[in-house]
Amino acid sequence: MIFNNGRLRHKRVLPGFTISLGVSLLFVSLILLLPTTGLIMQTSSMSLSEYWGVITDPRVLASYRVTILSALAASLFNCFFGLLLAWVLVRYEFPGKRILDALVDLPFALPTAVAGITLATLYAENGQIGSVLAELGIKVAYTPLGIVVAMIFTSIPFVVRTVQPVLEELSHDEEEAGMTLGASDRAVFWRIILPSLWPALMVGTALSFTRSLGEFGAVIFIAGNMPYISEITSLMIFVRLQEFDFAGASAIASVVLMTSLLLLLLINLWQARYLRRIHGR
Amino acid sequence: MSIRLTNISKKFGKFQALSPLDLDIQEGEMIGLLGPSGSGKTTLLRIIAGLEGADSGNIYFGDRDVTQVHVRERRVGFVFQNYALFRHMTVADNVAFGLEVMSKKQKPSAAEIRKRVTQLLEIVQLGHLAQRYPEQLSGGQKQRIALARALATQPEVLLLDEPFGALDAKVRKELRRWLRSLHEELKFTSVFVTHDQDEALELSDRVVVMSNGHIEQINTPAELYSHPNSRFVFDFLGNVNVFEASWQQKRWENGQAFLTPPEQQALQQDGVLYVRSHELSLSNKPNSQANLPFDIVAMTPIGAEVRLELAPHGWHSEELWEAKFTHHNLHELGLQKGSMVYATPRTGYFFGAQGESSPTRLSWPFLAPGSLAFDI
Amino acid sequence: MNSFKPLRVGEAPLIKWSLITLAVFLGLLLLLLPLVSIFQQAFVGGWERYIGHLTQPDSLHAIGLTLMVAALTVPINLVFGIMLAWSVTRFEYPGRKLLITLIDIPFAVSPVVAGLLYLLLYGNSGWLGEWLYEHDLQIMFAWPGILLVTIFVTCPFVARELIPLMQQQGASEEEAAVILGASWWQLFRRVTLPNIKWALIYGVILTNARAVGEFGAVAVVSGNIRGETNTLPLHVQLLYEDYQAEAAFASASLLALIALVTLMLKAVVEWRQQRSLSANDNKEQSQL
Repeated sequence: MIFNNGRLRHKRVLPGFTISLGVSLLFVSLILLLPTTGLIMQTSSMSLSEYWGVITDPRVLASYRVTILSALAASLFNCFFGLLLAWVLVRYEFPGKRILDALVDLPFALPTAVAGITLATLYAENGQIGSVLAELGIKVAYTPLGIVVAMIFTSIPFVVRTVQPVLEELSHDEEEAGMTLGASDRAVFWRIILPSLWPALMVGTALSFTRSLGEFGAVIFIAGNMPYISEITSLMIFVRLQEFDFAGASAIASVVLMTSLLLLLLINLWQARYLRRIHGR
Repeated sequence: MSIRLTNISKKFGKFQALSPLDLDIQEGEMIGLLGPSGSGKTTLLRIIAGLEGADSGNIYFGDRDVTQVHVRERRVGFVFQNYALFRHMTVADNVAFGLEVMSKKQKPSAAEIRKRVTQLLEIVQLGHLAQRYPEQLSGGQKQRIALARALATQPEVLLLDEPFGALDAKVRKELRRWLRSLHEELKFTSVFVTHDQDEALELSDRVVVMSNGHIEQINTPAELYSHPNSRFVFDFLGNVNVFEASWQQKRWENGQAFLTPPEQQALQQDGVLYVRSHELSLSNKPNSQANLPFDIVAMTPIGAEVRLELAPHGWHSEELWEAKFTHHNLHELGLQKGSMVYATPRTGYFFGAQGESSPTRLSWPFLAPGSLAFDI
Repeated sequence: MNSFKPLRVGEAPLIKWSLITLAVFLGLLLLLLPLVSIFQQAFVGGWERYIGHLTQPDSLHAIGLTLMVAALTVPINLVFGIMLAWSVTRFEYPGRKLLITLIDIPFAVSPVVAGLLYLLLYGNSGWLGEWLYEHDLQIMFAWPGILLVTIFVTCPFVARELIPLMQQQGASEEEAAVILGASWWQLFRRVTLPNIKWALIYGVILTNARAVGEFGAVAVVSGNIRGETNTLPLHVQLLYEDYQAEAAFASASLLALIALVTLMLKAVVEWRQQRSLSANDNKEQSQL
C-alpha cells in the first residue's frame, strides 16, 4: 500500500484491471444502484407529511413492533442455540455429527416458501409438533410465536457459521494457560473462551436479527397475518402493492431499507474495530 | 521446591514419546531440556506441569506426590512457546488473571492485586504497557508479559517451553541474561525446553540432553562439553568433524590419510574420531602421528574468528571439515584459499565400532613409548 | 493412568453428553423434522398421485421457468463474481472498500424490498418502465423481471466466497506467472483458477440454491400468472393457498430435493477443500 501512488502511475503488472473493474462497476450500477432510483423518485414525490402519515399509520406501527419483537426473540434464541450447536460441533465427537453439521445449512438451502408451508403444517393445531404443544395450551401457528419459530429456522445458520470458525481457531494454549494459572473450568469458560467468542457471537446474532427483520417467505405462511397482531412489515409492503398504493409501499420500504443498511454498516464498523484490537493496527 | 520424576513414560498411539526415565531436580536449580524436535523434551515438560498425563511413573514436588494432581492445583508457572497471552485482555489483566481466579478465601483484595501487578510489570520492566493489548507488543515484550503472568501466583516451579524460540538473535540474548538474573534473584526451581545448544549451555545449571524419548546425558554445561558420553551428545553439541577410521597395523587409515593413536588396547579397532573445529592445528607438512591433507575451500571471517572450510585431499569424509582460528593465527600461518594444508587434532574423541558407547578422549601430539622427544 | 483428567473445558462426561443430547434434540426438532415432513406430506397419497401432481401442465411450466432462470443467473453471477473479486483483490484504487461493502446490500435487504425496487423502476409507473412500455418491452410480470431480481438477490454469493480467499492468497503467484511470460488466459486458467476452484464451486452451489428458491422478490415482480410467470416456489404458494396441500408439498419436495443435493455437494466441496488445505500444510511442515 506504500506503493499506492507508484502503482497508479505505472502500468499494472497483472492483466485485467480495466475489464474487471469496468464489468464490476457496470454490474453494480445496473443491478444494485439503478433500481434504487425508482424508490427515491417514488418517495420524493410524496410530501413530508404524507410520508410521515404512511410510515406511522397505526397498522404499520404495529407491524414494526411485531417484526422487531419477533426478530429480537428469534435472534436471542439463536444466540444460545447457535453457540450450543457450534460448541458441540467443534468440541465433541459423536455419531451423526457430520449430519448435524450439514443440517445447519438447511435453512440457507431450503427455499423460504417451502420452509414456510412446512413449518405452518408442523405447528398447526393438528400438526406433529402443534398437536403436542396444543395439549400444553401453547398455540404457535397463526400467532406471533409462529413468526418467531419461522425466523429461528431461517436465521440459525448465521450464528453457527460465524462462531464455529472462531471456536475452531481458538488456541488450545490459552485454555491451558488459564489452567496452569489455577482457573477452574468455569472460570476458563467465562473469562477466556467466551470473551474470545463474544465478538463473533454478537456479529452472528446481529446478522440473524437483520435477516429476521427482512424474512418474508417463511413467515407469511405461519403468521396468520392478522392486522395489528401478526402482520410483519415486509407483508405490509406487499399488501400496499396489492392495493396499487406504490407510494405507500415505497415509503414503508424506504424505512426497511434504511434500517437494514444502517444495521449492516454498524455490524461492519463494529467488526472492524474489534478485529483491529485483536490483530493489531 | 525439588522435583523428582521416577519411571515416567508416555505413548501417543504407537509412538513412544518417552521411554521410562528418571530425573531429579534440586531446589532452586535451573535445568535445560535439550534435544532435537521429537526427542520428547516438550512432552516431559508438559508432564511435569500436569498438562499431559504420564502412562507410568510418579512425579514428586518435594515430598508430595503430584502425579494425580490436576494442573490447576499443581501451582506451577508455565510459559508457553507462543506465549498464549489472552488476546482480549490488557497486559495488566493478563498478569492479574492468576490472582483473580483464586478461590474466595485465598484471593487477595483488588488493591493488593493491583499492587502485585504493578510490581511484576516493574520486574519485567514493562510498567508503561499495562493498558495495551497483547497484539500491540513486540515478541520480546510478549515473552516478558507471559513470564510476569506465570510468576504472579508466586509458583515455586517455573516451566518454560522454548522460551526464546520465536525471537531474533539479539532480543534472545538479552532475554537470556535477564532470565538468568531473575532466576538468581527469585530462586524458583525452573525447567526449560530448548533445541538451541548455546541457550542450554548458557542458562542451565545442568543440561538434560534428550533423544528419541530417553535421556542421553545429564551434566553441568562444562562437563557436558568436555565429557560428552555418546555420539548423539557429541553430534548435537555441534560443529564437529568426523574421521572414519579403519584400523590397519598400528594406525587408523582412511584413503591416503592416517592418524596414529596412543598405544592402548581399546583403540586398536575401527571407529569414528570426533574433532571439534577449534581443536585442530594446521601446518604445511604432515608429521609421523597425523597425516590429514586438506584443500582450503573457503575462508570466512566471523566476528573475532575466521572459519575455514576444508575438503579432504585423497581421503573421504561425508561432510567438509571445519576449523576455527583467530585472525592473528591465520595470518601467521599465511594460508590462502585453494592452498593445501595438513591438520593435526589437538583433542579428539574416539568411539570404537565395538565396545561401550562412551568415548575415549585423546590428545596429539603424544610422547610415544620409548621416544624422548615429540616426533614431529 | 486413565484417571488423568482431560484438559479441555467441557470434557467432563456429564456436561459433554448433556450438551450433545440437547443440541441433537433441538437439531432434530427444528431442522430435521421439517425436512422429513416435506416428503411425508408430499407422499401422503402415494407415488401415483405424487407423479400426477408434478406432471400437471402448470407444475411442469413452473419447473421449466425455474430451471431457466437459474441457468441464466448462475453464469452471469459467476462472471461478475470473478471480475469483482479480481478487481478488488488484485488492484488498489480509491473506492475499492466501498465496492466490497456495496456487494453486501442484497444480503441485508428484505427480498420484498428488492422486488419493489425493480417494480418501481421497470413497472409502468417507473421512469424506465414508461419508456419500455412505449417500446412495447415487457419486463415486469414477465420472465425478464424474474431473472433480474434473481440476479440481484444472488449476486453476492460467488464474490463473497472468492474475495477473502484471494485476499489471503495474495498476488505473488500470479505476478510470478506474468514474469514468466504467461498471457492473461494462461494466467487465469493455470494459476488463478486452480487456486480458487473449490471456493468458486461453493459459490456456484449457493447461487444456484438461492436462484431456484427465491420467493419474496420474485413474488413482487412476477404477477403470479399461472402457466406463465409462476416459478416453482410461487407455484407452491398458490397451491397451498388453494388448499391443495398435497400438490403444494409435491412441488415443495422437488425444491427440498435440490436443497438436499446442495447440502451434499457443499459437504463434498468442503471436504475436498479441507483436504487440499491440509495437504498444503503437510507439504509446508515437511519442508521445515
